[in-house]
Amino acid sequence: MAKNPPDRKTEAANDTITVRPVRRGDLDQVIAIDATVTGLEKQSYWRSVFRRYGTAGEHQRQFLVAVSDRRVVGFVIGEVRDWEFGSPPCGWVFAINVDPEVRLAGVGTRLLQALEASFRRAGVRKMRTMLARENTLILSFFRSQGMMAGSLIPLEMDLDA
Amino acid sequence: MRLQTNTSLALFSVLEFARDPTRHIPASEIAEKYDVSPHHLAKVLSELARAGIVESVRGVGGGYRFAANPRRVTLMDIIHLFEDLSPAVAARTEGKEVTAVERALAAVLSEIDELAKATFGSITLSTMLRLVERQQTASKSDQDKPA
Repeated sequence: MAKNPPDRKTEAANDTITVRPVRRGDLDQVIAIDATVTGLEKQSYWRSVFRRYGTAGEHQRQFLVAVSDRRVVGFVIGEVRDWEFGSPPCGWVFAINVDPEVRLAGVGTRLLQALEASFRRAGVRKMRTMLARENTLILSFFRSQGMMAGSLIPLEMDLDA
Repeated sequence: MRLQTNTSLALFSVLEFARDPTRHIPASEIAEKYDVSPHHLAKVLSELARAGIVESVRGVGGGYRFAANPRRVTLMDIIHLFEDLSPAVAARTEGKEVTAVERALAAVLSEIDELAKATFGSITLSTMLRLVERQQTASKSDQDKPA
């Protein structure tokens, strides 16, 4: 097993990273990060996400980017939803991703903290997300941030053609 | 998924070692804390050492110390060392025709197992140590509350 890595990378990255709302000019870099991670380039999907979350200008919907040296290195998208699944208003994290080249440097933590702050300003006191149980990397990330299994259980079924 | 005694003991031990990676902890100290026989614990620690999670320290003040990366090792990595995680129902009915009832029950049990595996596989030792701290803080603030 590997020994503990030094934390210098984390500290250095935290010093130089800014988290701010997405701008139209960031979109190509966001699409590139998503394409690197998922292997699929989804131009029209991301343009519609930008229209929905990137231009809201309020705390209900958030599309934030982490910028280091004028380069987008990560993004997070979230929204406050009221009384969905019978639950009081809570903040949902829909997507979070970090450029693989700068992972393990605290970028994801900074993004999530910024989203948490915006949810708090919107008056909610619970944050949720949902992801595939095979997605160990992101599952571990959310766990490391203090998230645990919640009160909702996702269920699904295949529908006949 | 029901954890065997050895597995629970391994998890307790690893977390004790990971809380202070610089400290050599004698096996007897852990045995006493968790009320188990030192002989029983020795087997568990030896398996953990073989896997590189802990390393033995010889001489006066010897014992074991943590040797892995707590941000990389998950609870599942430890559990894997002590548990057979193959589907139990399929093995039991080997050589016989599996009934619809057994298949239905296996599907439900497998759903539970998959959730358990995803949970254990996503919790690193670092995350667990933070949970331990949170429990300590919560328990301390409960004690400090006026009766």
